[in-house]
Amino acid sequence: MAEEKFPVEGSHIMMFARSIADDNQVYYDADYAKSTEAGGVIAPPTFAQSSAQFDPNYFLRPKIGEEWFGSGKEATSIKKKESSGGGGGGGLHAEQHFEYHRHIGPGDVLTTEVKPGKTWEKEGKRSGKLVFSETITEYRDQNGELVITARGVGVRTERPVDQ
Amino acid sequence: MALSARNLKAGDTYTECLVEDLSRTQIVMYAGASGDYNPVHTDEKFTTEIAGYPSVFAHGMLTMGMTGRMLTNYVGDGRLTKYGVRFTSQVWPGDTLNSTATVVDITDGVVNLSVETTNQDGALVLSGYAAARVD
Repeated sequence: MAEEKFPVEGSHIMMFARSIADDNQVYYDADYAKSTEAGGVIAPPTFAQSSAQFDPNYFLRPKIGEEWFGSGKEATSIKKKESSGGGGGGGLHAEQHFEYHRHIGPGDVLTTEVKPGKTWEKEGKRSGKLVFSETITEYRDQNGELVITARGVGVRTERPVDQ
Repeated sequence: MALSARNLKAGDTYTECLVEDLSRTQIVMYAGASGDYNPVHTDEKFTTEIAGYPSVFAHGMLTMGMTGRMLTNYVGDGRLTKYGVRFTSQVWPGDTLNSTATVVDITDGVVNLSVETTNQDGALVLSGYAAARVD
């Protein structure tokens, strides 16, 4: 499956920490971070998910010169709508798990390897048939050491989830 | 500050308010930082007319990220060894979220926690677990 380089950078960590409204200076201030147990700026625990930025084929990012399924003048710019069930184009995120072998920081250059996991089905009360699929992502550093193991579970629903 | 095993016991809890009145702008910030530009999170027109939801809604990973902030504030920086969640309900603009970690046990220098995040109606939006090294 996909393999890509994921350079971990201080400004990306800063933007990510802001987006989760975390003002812990260990994510922003290298001088402060040096004085902490972390020994330097580290990334917040869920930062690895933003490796999507470095996946050239990530389908939830508009690509230059390609159709995008979000709205422009019309509610979707895809001319021929395909039924993908509830949640629009991407399904929904059902579960996410991380194992930290080491905490990453600026200067690390990670390589990700994505492996397909199990798939299973379930009948949901609020959204019809649910199809779950699992992916395992292994993040290795520039020395080939495994630093984070991530397991995500996505779900496609037959219809939008009842509110 | 890291936790000390001798000051912890099963059943101890730590709670934080993650967000009050979640703004669409914060969801946009998360989309930009994470790279997940699924229009169901930021594009009201697409989400109501095509996806069939009453409004845009937060990335599950935004809730997981903010819940992670509660965890790192509790256990200290760089102390987590495991963190996993299930997303049990959607989170909407305007939601106010509170999150609690509860000590399950402490063994061999590691505290195991259960984690729950609820909205202003008391509905569970995230449930999970974490493990962290303690002194």
